[in-house]
Amino acid sequence: MPAEVKRFTTETVGLALAHDSAALHVQGRAIYIDDMREPEGTLHVAPGYASEGAKGRITRCDLDAVRNSPGVVAVLTAADIPGVNDCSPAMGDDPIFAEDEILFHGQVVFAVVAGTHDQARRAARRARIEIAKDPAAITVEDALEQGTPDVLPPYEFRRGEPEKRIAAAKMRLSDSFHVGGQEHFYLEGQVAFAMPEEAGGMTVYSSTQHPSEVQHCVAKMLGVADAFVTCECRRMGGGFGGKESQAAQWAALAALGAHKTGRPVKCRLDRDDDMIMTGKRHDMRIDYDAAFDKTGRLTAVDASLLSRCGYSADLSLGVNDRAMFHSDNAYYYPAVSIESRRLRTNTVSNTAFRGFGGPQGMMLAERMMDAIAHRLALDPLHVRKRNFYGPKRDRTPYGMKVTDNIIAEVVAELEKTSDYYARREAIKDFNAKNRILKKGLALTPVKFGISFTLIHLNQAGALVHLYTDGSVHLNHGGTEMGQGLYIKVAQVVAEEFGITPDRVKITATTTGKVPNTSPTAASSGSDLNGMAAKEAASQIKKRLIAFAEREWQVAPDQIRFEKGRVIIANQSMSLGELAKRAHQARIQLSATGFYATPNITWNRDKVKGKPFFYFAYGASCSEVTIDTLTGEMRVDRVDILHDVGRSLNPAIDLGQIEGGFVQGMGWLTTEELVFDKEGRLRTHAPSTYKIPCASDVPADFRVKLFASPGNLANTIYRSKAVGEPPLMLALSVFSAITDAIAALKPGTAPPLEAPATPEAILKAVKAMSA
Amino acid sequence: MAPMRTLLDYLRLEEASRGTKEGCGEGDCGACTVSLGSLKDGRLVYEPVNACILLLGQVDGKEVVTVDDLSQGGRLHPIQQAMVDSHGSQCGFCTPGFVMSLFALYQSGVAADRQVVVDQLAGNLCRCTGYRPIVEAALASCTGRPDDAWSKARGETEKTLAGLDDGSDLFIGDDNGFFAAPASDEALAQLTEKHPDAVLLSGATDVGLWITKQLRDIGKIIHLGRMRSLCRVAETADAVTLGAAVTYAEAERALGSIDPDLAELLRRIGSKQVRASGTVGGNIANGSPIGDTPPALIALGSELELRKGTVTRAVALEDFFIAYGKQDRAPGEIVASVRVPKLKRDEAFRCYKITKRFDQDISSVLAAFKFTLDGRRIASARIAYGGMAATPKRAAKTEAAVQNLSLDDAAGWNQAADCLSEDFQPIGDHRASADYRMQTARALFIKALTEISGEATRNTRVTGVRELVDAG
Repeated sequence: MPAEVKRFTTETVGLALAHDSAALHVQGRAIYIDDMREPEGTLHVAPGYASEGAKGRITRCDLDAVRNSPGVVAVLTAADIPGVNDCSPAMGDDPIFAEDEILFHGQVVFAVVAGTHDQARRAARRARIEIAKDPAAITVEDALEQGTPDVLPPYEFRRGEPEKRIAAAKMRLSDSFHVGGQEHFYLEGQVAFAMPEEAGGMTVYSSTQHPSEVQHCVAKMLGVADAFVTCECRRMGGGFGGKESQAAQWAALAALGAHKTGRPVKCRLDRDDDMIMTGKRHDMRIDYDAAFDKTGRLTAVDASLLSRCGYSADLSLGVNDRAMFHSDNAYYYPAVSIESRRLRTNTVSNTAFRGFGGPQGMMLAERMMDAIAHRLALDPLHVRKRNFYGPKRDRTPYGMKVTDNIIAEVVAELEKTSDYYARREAIKDFNAKNRILKKGLALTPVKFGISFTLIHLNQAGALVHLYTDGSVHLNHGGTEMGQGLYIKVAQVVAEEFGITPDRVKITATTTGKVPNTSPTAASSGSDLNGMAAKEAASQIKKRLIAFAEREWQVAPDQIRFEKGRVIIANQSMSLGELAKRAHQARIQLSATGFYATPNITWNRDKVKGKPFFYFAYGASCSEVTIDTLTGEMRVDRVDILHDVGRSLNPAIDLGQIEGGFVQGMGWLTTEELVFDKEGRLRTHAPSTYKIPCASDVPADFRVKLFASPGNLANTIYRSKAVGEPPLMLALSVFSAITDAIAALKPGTAPPLEAPATPEAILKAVKAMSA
Repeated sequence: MAPMRTLLDYLRLEEASRGTKEGCGEGDCGACTVSLGSLKDGRLVYEPVNACILLLGQVDGKEVVTVDDLSQGGRLHPIQQAMVDSHGSQCGFCTPGFVMSLFALYQSGVAADRQVVVDQLAGNLCRCTGYRPIVEAALASCTGRPDDAWSKARGETEKTLAGLDDGSDLFIGDDNGFFAAPASDEALAQLTEKHPDAVLLSGATDVGLWITKQLRDIGKIIHLGRMRSLCRVAETADAVTLGAAVTYAEAERALGSIDPDLAELLRRIGSKQVRASGTVGGNIANGSPIGDTPPALIALGSELELRKGTVTRAVALEDFFIAYGKQDRAPGEIVASVRVPKLKRDEAFRCYKITKRFDQDISSVLAAFKFTLDGRRIASARIAYGGMAATPKRAAKTEAAVQNLSLDDAAGWNQAADCLSEDFQPIGDHRASADYRMQTARALFIKALTEISGEATRNTRVTGVRELVDAG
C-alpha cells in the first residue's frame, strides 16, 4: 500500500449533522418550485403529444380545439421559437417540439399556455395529431434487426486477443442476458417557473441538476446571449440523474411561454407525462464469452454491451463509456475486449441515472462470476476473490493502473461480520430440506471510478461572503437534490472559519453567482464544490490573518480560528468583531474559489490515460428466499460495508449508502419498464411501476462505514464520493437470487434476467428443471 | 365549490397551504397524505388519506390535519422531531406525507412495532432514504402514548365532530352540476331517480383518477359517505354483511376474522390511505379491473344486495360481473351491501396475491380457494381467480375435477389442475405474460392443496405465513 494519509483533526467536518433543510422538510416548509407563491398573472404550460405512433411523418396537426379550450392563452409550436429548436445537451438532436416527424411515442409536438394547470392539461388532450406510421424499432433486437443507424459510433476497450484464447480454452462459457432500464421516480416531478425580465431577459427557476445547461438551452432557444438568462435552483425533490439533461425541455417550455405572453409561466409535468416523456436508465442486452481455469480464474473476456439509447444521443456517450469502464468491477481480465453499441430505438432518449451506466457494466462482471462459480460448483465468493485486482494484476481494460485497491480488505471484513460461511452452510441445509422454498446468499464487491470521464467537467466554482457580524453567505455550483451536498459544503466552510454551520447561510444555486458550472453528477458534488468553497473561504481567512498580523503585531501561527472564536495571541474575539475591524480597514471579505481535479487525463480516441482520480469501494452480502412455484422473492438480510474515505458527514453518507442500495435493489427486482409493440410505455405511473416500499427493505439491514484512514487521493478532507457507488451494492441481491435458483440444479448457471420479477425468477426456475 | 375539486387542489391552490405535495396525482405515492379525523362509533379516529384523489366534498364533517398544522409555537411535533433526529428526510418531498401517515399512527395509541410501521407506510414512497431511518423515527415516536395538541383536545374534537353530524342531506350546486351527499335512503332514492346519469361516489380511490388522470368532466356526483344505512358492518354467527359505503379499513377487522389469508389480502389491498377511503362496495360496483377482493369474496360464496329506489334484489357476486367494464347494475341502481359467509368447520380457505411488489400493488394473479372437506376427501370446492379473465371468475371445470379427490392424492390434483387451461385463457400485459399467469394459477392451486393437506405455510410461502398472522 502507498504511504498513509497524514493525520489531522477537525471540529465540524466529520460531524453527523442533520440535513440543512431537515426541520423544513418535516414541516412542509422547504420550498420547491411548485410551492413558490406565484406572482399575479402567472400562467401554466402543458406539453402535448400524439396519442398514437412511435415513428413517422406528422400528417395532421389540428390544434383548433386546443386553442378554443377554456382558459387557453396561447398554443406553442416550433414556429414560435425565436432561436434554436433544441434542448439536447450536446448533439443538437433533441427538438423541443417535433416539427415534421415523430421519433418516439410521447414526443412533444406542441404546448398550451392557460390560466390554470388543469386548463392547460385538459386543452392539451384536445389536439388531433395524425402520424403516417413507419415501422418502429422498440427493443435492442428490433434495432439490430432493422439495422437502424446507431445514435453514436461503437467503441471498444481491448487488450490482447481474447477471441483466440477463448477458442483455445478448455473451460469457457457463452452467455447472453438482458438488464432492464429504470425510471428515476424522483418524488418531485419535472418543474420550471419562468419570469420574463426587462430587455429580453429571463429568470428561470428550474428543478435541475444542471442550471448552466438550462441557462444555455433557454438562451439558445430564445436567441439571446447567455448573460440574459439566469437559472436558479434551491433544491430538487430528488434527481438521480433524471434532472441532468432532462430538465431543460420543461424550462424551455416555461421560458417560451413567458416570452410569448410576457407573463410568468410555470411548467409542471403530470406524473404520467413525466414518465412517458423523460429518459430513463439504459437497458441493455449483454453478450459475452469467457475463458477461465478450473479454479474459476478468468483468462479472457470478450463482451459486447448492446444498449438501448432511444431516439437521440442525449448523454449516451458518457453513459455507455462508463458501462465499459465498469464492466470489470473489481476484477482483472487478462485478455479482454469490451465492445459497446449505442443503438437507436423509437423510444424516449435514455439518460443519466445514478451510476451512469456503471451498474449495467458491473452486471456483466457479477454475472460472469456467478456463471463460472455455478458451472464449476464453487462458492461464488471464492471465484470473486480469485479474480480480484492484485499485485501484477492491476491494469484495467482501459489501461489505467489500480493503485488504491482495498477491495480484499473490505470483503475480508464483511465476510467475517456477515458470518458468511456459517450462513452458507445453514442455507445448504435449508435448501436440502425445503422443496418449495430455496434460499440464496451472495457477497459482491463494488469498485467505482470517481471523476467525470469528460475531463473538462471536473471543475467547480464557489462564492463566499463574510459579513461584518461574522455570518457567512455560501454559494457554489453544485445543486441540492437531497443528497446533502449543501450541508457538507457548509461544514467545510464552517471548519475553515472555525464557526458552527448555523452561521453559514446556504443559498440557492444560481448561474448569476457561480457561472459555467458542471452538472451535479458523477458523485462529484462534494469533491468539487467542497474544494472550491474551501478555497474561497481560505482566501478570506488569509486576508484576515494578514490583517491581524499587522493590526496586532503577531506572528501568523499565533492566530487560530476555532470554536466560533478567533484567537489572536492572548486575546479572543468573535469572527464578527474581526470581520468588522477588517472591513473598517478596507479588507475585501468576499472571494470566489475554484477547483479543478488534478492528475486526470483521458484520451478517448487512443483509449489511454488515467480517467479516474480514485476509486470508491464497498461490498454487500444479501440473503434471499424464493418461492419456486410462483417466483416470489423476499430479501431476508443485507450486510453492507462501504468505503467513504474519511466521512465529511457520516449521517449523510449512511443515508446515501442505504438509499442507493435500496434504489439498486428496486432496479434489479420490482422495477420493470414495459413498452408495448406500438412503443407506448405501459408502466407510466406508480400504480404499474413499482419502486421499493418500506416493507421491501429487510428488517435485518446492517450497514457500516469502512474504517478508512482517509482517501489516498488528496480530496476534500480525504473523503470519498458516495452518491452513486452504493447503488451497485444491490448486485448482491441479484446474485443471491441467482444462487437460490442454482440450488435447484448444481453445476448449472441460472439464466436469470434483470429485473428479477416473480415472472423472471419463475422463468429461470423452469429453465433449470427443463 | 366545484364538484370535482380535490382536497389537494383546494389546499394548495385556494388555501396556499403548500406543505402538502403532489407526487403522482393518483393515490399511489402518498406525498399528498393528510390526516382525516372522524368519529367511528363515537370515538375520534385519525386516518391517513391521499388528498390528491379525495374530493373536497368528502371531507364534510371531518377534521383535516395537514403538515402545515403540526409544529406549534416554533416547536416541532414529536413525529417531526423524530424524523429530524433519525435523518429521515433527504430530498424532503415525500416527507410531509410520511409525517402525516405517522401522525395518524401516533394518535392511534398503538405502540408500534416494525410490522405496524411498514404497514402504516405502505402507501408512502420514498426514493432517497431506503426507509430505515423513517421506520426508526416511527418506532421512536409512535409509542402508544400520544401527547400533543390533538390528543389533549380529543374530547373537544369529538364533541365538535358529533355536532357537525346532523344527519342532514348535503347538496351543493344545481341540477346541472352538483356534489350531493344524501343522508337518508329517501333522499338517495330521489336523487338517483332524478339523476340516473350522476356518478355514485364512495371512496373516490378510483373515481378520483377519472378526474385527475382521465380528465373527465363529472358534473354530477352523489357521495354515499353520509348514508348511515350503507355504512354498517353487521356480523352474525355465519356471515359478515358490509354496507356498500363501508371502507376497507372499517371492514378489515370483521372480514379479516374470517381467515388469516383474507386478513393478509386486505392488508395488501392498496395502502392505509387507500383503505381509509376506498370501499368494498365501491370496488365491486364499478367493476374496476383492479379489484383484488372480489375473487376471494366469490370463493367464500358472497352475495350482493342491489337496490333501486325501494326495490331490492340479490345476486351472487360472481354473476354481477358480466364482462370487462360491464356489471349487472341498472342506471340508478346501487349496490347496497355485500354478505360474506363465514367459514364452516369443514371448510378450508386459501388465498394468494401475486404481485411485483408485495405491498400496495395490483395482482397479476389472484387465486382464492374454499374447499369443503369430508375428512380427507374434498367434498366440494369454490375456486375463483382474478387476472385470468376479463372479470373475476370461478374455475368451474377445475372445481368439478377436484371434487371427491383425496387430500393425499397429489397426482389427482395435478390432473385436476389441467382443467385450469379450459377454465381460463389469460392475456399478457404489463403485469405478467399469459404464460406466467397460467403457470402461476396452476402452482397456486397445487400450493393451496399442499397446505391444506398439512404442509406448514412457513415452508410454502415467502410472505403471508399463516402461523405468523395467527400469532398476530
